[in-house]
Amino acid sequence: MTMTAMTMPTTPPANPAILPGRGGFFGGLSDTFWRRPKLFLFLMLAPPLLWLGVIYIGSLFALLLQSFFSIDEFSGLIVREFTLSTYAELLRPSNFDIILRTVIMAALVTITSAVVAFPIAYYAARYARGKWKAFFYLGIMLPLWSSYLVKVYAWKLILAKEGILTWAFAKLHLTWLLDGILALPVVGGNSLSISYIGTYLVFVYVWLPYMILPTQAALERVPGNLIEASSDLGATPNQTFRHVLLPLALPGIIAGSIFTFSLTLGDYIIPQIVGSSRLFIGQAVYAQQGTAGNVPLAAAFSVVPIVIMAIYLWIAKKKGAFDAL
Amino acid sequence: MKPAVQFENVSRHFGVVRAVDAVDLKIEPGEFYAMLGPSGSGKTTCLRLIAGFEQPSGGHIEIFGETAEGVPPYRRNVNTVFQDYALFPHLNILDNVAYGMMVRGIGKAERHRAADEALELVKLPGYGARKPGQLSGGQRQRVALARALVNKPKVLLLDEPLGALDLKLREQMQEELKSLQRALGITFIFVTHDQSEALSMADRVAVFNNGGIVQEGTPQDIYNRPRTRFVADFVGSSNVIAPEVMKSLGGEHRWASLRPEAIRLATEGGVSATVAATSFLGAGTRITAEVNGTRLHVMVPAGEANLAVGTPVRLDWSASEVHYMDGAA
Repeated sequence: MTMTAMTMPTTPPANPAILPGRGGFFGGLSDTFWRRPKLFLFLMLAPPLLWLGVIYIGSLFALLLQSFFSIDEFSGLIVREFTLSTYAELLRPSNFDIILRTVIMAALVTITSAVVAFPIAYYAARYARGKWKAFFYLGIMLPLWSSYLVKVYAWKLILAKEGILTWAFAKLHLTWLLDGILALPVVGGNSLSISYIGTYLVFVYVWLPYMILPTQAALERVPGNLIEASSDLGATPNQTFRHVLLPLALPGIIAGSIFTFSLTLGDYIIPQIVGSSRLFIGQAVYAQQGTAGNVPLAAAFSVVPIVIMAIYLWIAKKKGAFDAL
Repeated sequence: MKPAVQFENVSRHFGVVRAVDAVDLKIEPGEFYAMLGPSGSGKTTCLRLIAGFEQPSGGHIEIFGETAEGVPPYRRNVNTVFQDYALFPHLNILDNVAYGMMVRGIGKAERHRAADEALELVKLPGYGARKPGQLSGGQRQRVALARALVNKPKVLLLDEPLGALDLKLREQMQEELKSLQRALGITFIFVTHDQSEALSMADRVAVFNNGGIVQEGTPQDIYNRPRTRFVADFVGSSNVIAPEVMKSLGGEHRWASLRPEAIRLATEGGVSATVAATSFLGAGTRITAEVNGTRLHVMVPAGEANLAVGTPVRLDWSASEVHYMDGAA
């Protein structure tokens, strides 16, 4: 007892069970947030949700609302009355052609991107290590660092009649092949830079990284021993690809295809610079809301990619593309 | 009859690392064979050489008399139970088990029936519709076993299959694996770093160290007559006694092992020692006694003695219980 009294005077113990508060504004704040985690979450999410909800989604809805208005043929003024006539206009052959052309292009670009991206993503996820992995990321990201417009104009030069591609074909004595390709109906043209093939090549080039990265991320998550297990159970490499690798990578490929598909559906610069003069959805929106001043029709056009993407994702979900998630 | 698996001077080198170095082994059909060793000793690489996931850098491998080099895993009638089970997460349990039959082109009805039977064999009837993620570790382990066994492999490879299970479940699975192996008559090759698991389950044990087999024999052999100091250290709770100490205790000037059960507390004779620690193990008490600067474990039956630390005791054993061995690590 006396010992305790001597060594433990009235000052607080040096090593208390409950430590004093840190004090100050931030100390108090930390304690409050710890006791009320939901408040913290609310304060964290409120600003971005406000941005997303009001400025982002809100303006989108304002746009969509426009698509249910119509334009007065004579005065060119917007009639603010609910109508579906603008949507009916989309079905007119000249407008419907634009939609069809864009969807086919987007589908082809997406399929090609997926096919080209898979081996690259597979290599990066399975084999590349250390320095090679860094090299892979650099190789994929490097094109994204330069301006989109610069890249598209560079491609216009590459694909032009006087461009390096024509020259390379000539040097390889393959001019006949290039001429043959350009002679193809619909997709051909005077030169690659003013043909559908040119537009397609540039689209694939520009969107490819957006397919590679999610595919690679999905493949990265497939444990290597599942491949071994499949092989161990008697599956040939081809069967392992079909029954194990592809189903497990599919969510990544679908994620990539959302990028490539929707970006192609909405783009209006590439088909304007490289390609035939026939319009794509993006260009139609641009023309309708700008020079033509038909905002309702522009809005109706911009609803098309949204609806197509919704249908696409719904089908993908039905087919079980996200089962492995 | 041809051996189920035969290694002739087999090596597998990864750069300068000799994961498996000049291994010879012969595993008989129907045998329950354990490869025991610390991590990095080459036992798992040996298993992967048999499965075909690795190709040997040198030497010759035969499976039931047929050359295995250059044969891909999918052409080997050998199945593996993986350490972390490697169940396909996107397939339900039934399709996981039926996978091997599916890739061989067996019809849906037939393969699902066989898969159902296999699930019954591992005591998981009615689990077919679930996904692997919904099962516990022990259940997944059984599914992995069913998925391998349903293909009726000539050799079943098990890579530390019980490592992730808790003690109770592990003991139960050990018994079940053993009786399953007896019932099916399939050659089981089992990799483990757990010596008690290897000793209790296997017909024959190979102790691995540094890419080679140090000793091969029945569990009794390995336990009672370890060939080297490494085996005695790794396999047993045996006392490993240095040559100088053994000489001072009245033995030969050689490395020796002495089982704790072989030492008894004596009232006179023997050597004098001091109790350094005791631990109660239920069925018995293990006394750690200090003799001539060395600590010896002594196992006494429960209730025989309740000795405080520091008590002087006398230890005795018969000279025939001392097993002399090679000092190599």
